Amino acid sequence: MNEKALPLPETGSVRPVALSFQDRLAAQLPKLVLAPTVIVTLVAVYGYMIWTGLLSFTSSRILPSWKFIGTAQYSKLMENDRWGVSVENLIIFGGLFILVCLVLGVLMAILLDQKIRAEGALRTIYLYPMAISFIVTGTAWKWLLNPGLGLQKTIRDWGFESFTFDWLVNPDMVVYCLVIAAVWQSSGFVMALFLAGLRGVDQEMIKAAQLDGASMPMIYRRIILPSLKPVFFSAFVILSHIAIKSFDLVAALTGGGPGYSSDLPAIFMYQHAFTRGQMGLGAASAMVMLGGVLAILVPYLYSELRSKKNG
Amino acid sequence: MKTLKTCLSGIALSVACATASAGEVEVLHYWTSGGEAAAVNVLKQEMEDAGHTWTDFAVAGGGGESAMTVLKSRAISGNPPSAAQIKGLDIQEWGELGFLTSLDDVATAGNWDSLLPEVVSDVMKYDGHYVAVPVNVHRVNWLWANPEAFKKAGVEIPTTWEQMIEVGPKLKAAGIIPLAHGGQAWQDATTFEAIALAEGADFYRKAFVEHDDATLKGETMVKVLTTFKKMRDLIDADSSGRDWNVATSMVINGQAAMQIMGDWAKGEFTAAGKTPGTDYVCVAAPGTADMFTFNIDSLAMFTQSDDSRVQAQKDLAKMVMDPKFQETFNLNKGSIPARQGMDRTPFDSCAHDSMDAFTVSAEKGTLVPSMAHGMATSSRVQGAIYDVVTNYFNASDMSAEDAADKLARAVKATL
Repeated sequence: MNEKALPLPETGSVRPVALSFQDRLAAQLPKLVLAPTVIVTLVAVYGYMIWTGLLSFTSSRILPSWKFIGTAQYSKLMENDRWGVSVENLIIFGGLFILVCLVLGVLMAILLDQKIRAEGALRTIYLYPMAISFIVTGTAWKWLLNPGLGLQKTIRDWGFESFTFDWLVNPDMVVYCLVIAAVWQSSGFVMALFLAGLRGVDQEMIKAAQLDGASMPMIYRRIILPSLKPVFFSAFVILSHIAIKSFDLVAALTGGGPGYSSDLPAIFMYQHAFTRGQMGLGAASAMVMLGGVLAILVPYLYSELRSKKNG
Repeated sequence: MKTLKTCLSGIALSVACATASAGEVEVLHYWTSGGEAAAVNVLKQEMEDAGHTWTDFAVAGGGGESAMTVLKSRAISGNPPSAAQIKGLDIQEWGELGFLTSLDDVATAGNWDSLLPEVVSDVMKYDGHYVAVPVNVHRVNWLWANPEAFKKAGVEIPTTWEQMIEVGPKLKAAGIIPLAHGGQAWQDATTFEAIALAEGADFYRKAFVEHDDATLKGETMVKVLTTFKKMRDLIDADSSGRDWNVATSMVINGQAAMQIMGDWAKGEFTAAGKTPGTDYVCVAAPGTADMFTFNIDSLAMFTQSDDSRVQAQKDLAKMVMDPKFQETFNLNKGSIPARQGMDRTPFDSCAHDSMDAFTVSAEKGTLVPSMAHGMATSSRVQGAIYDVVTNYFNASDMSAEDAADKLARAVKATL
């Protein structure tokens, strides 16, 4: 488009040469400007991905070594109890986190969309947790959920002596504490996504449905929510990658404990690769995590690209 | 373009400056808490008095985990610091990778072989050459007790694990938490290894140094694990994730009666203005009198290309072994000097006990490396033991037999 926009004088003997240089520069400029980004992405993202993949087949300990030992690290990983716990935790945490965030986000968005007073203020309040880092969220919830310090103690001090809420120190329930804190942080963001989506729904369609005698719940169920399908997809992809790479929340809220009962794969990977001198095993776990992300992303991208081509 | 040029010349200049300045040492360490930082400053001052430049490279946090991550990236990029705080078997790992430089000339000149006990010098050597210099010896198997709490409950400070379990309910009845503990893997392991040591130094070595499979899943280990699990009843419900110094403060203010922790806990008592013997008592962990689980902090020396830096590095090694530094550092840190034959008067009664126990245990063969603190085994095996121990301690439904079995399997998988 730049080429067409440039004035191309027909006369003169020297100028066309100079202009053709400018012309060529203009044509190459976008590529030149983008090149550093492309190179950095190629090296820092895909290059290191391949490097990690290679490391996962080596016997690397505290530093990378290139002694290849086949898939031994992967079989070690599969036999590791702690890895099993962290994967199981990720499934519980990820599943509940995504589900609760989506449900709460949609509900809050619909309620906020009822042309209520002070919507701007309310929206900000719900969205605000997103501005806080997971470390802060984790630390604050650690205090709130600690039985001897937070909620349980407060309610007991009010006179309800038998009140018990000790999920944070209970190995079987601690993973739900992660869900509570993560939902608190992210549901406002999902709400904002859906609110934007709701504002984009064609009002004419709703009016037409109302004329046909459809009730509001029916309109939401049959017309509005189905039209928000792309928003659901985006929210799902964003939330699932937050869930899979969750590290700071666990580190701040539970430190993986009690024991390693609230361990997540990202924590497992970090500890083994960087502090326990088992880089090979850490790399193998990173590759399995990458596999998990791809399993979600590839079908999504495929369906997105196909629908674009068709539509 | 012009700014780029200025930048480049600036970089060139600063590089020139760095190479020109003689005798720089860069020391990577994680001695960042009050007393420790003061101790390191002594070393810094001495180096500067000797005309060298000290570049402090302190990386706080995570019990050195963050520091090790930084060290790895520096080493890979071919630019390691002169010295780094590395301890135990990690020294062997770094030696194997070929990063460490020999200090044999300094050691011979300073007669280190006669100044250091053999267990200590063994840790400092890779392949027979000194590659690291010790700053202190910590005793890990300590029991810190608040005598006031025991008086209130009308019981004696326990000397065996059976007594420990017996006094628990009485202390609880007096409204005192029997054992202050922080639910972190390394603290669980510290308690666990103290209980294991009570079964004898031979058993301890077989399990944590030699990793003998039969010992790891044997009957004695099951007994140790059973006792270990009973500690759960002596601990309050909120211990999960608590830092060790918070647990120590519970003993200081009388909320809890005891803590099993290495002698770095003494720093907390000292900082709170308490005197040993009256306000608090330090005794060997139950059943481990005359035994000594050691944890040695050391500075490992990395190979340097620049001659002036090599000289400064050697001077640093010499100064660390200097009696003045060993004394100041250990008074601040709560540990005892690695160098033998020093004046005992500046030290307190707990340190004297520690020194005596060190000598006695060395004679009796009950001086053992700490598993929980990376002295007995590599970080890989240590991590595997941590996982099983902390999981068993926190699980509601794992039997001691299962745990012993898991322990043996986990250790085998990492070897």
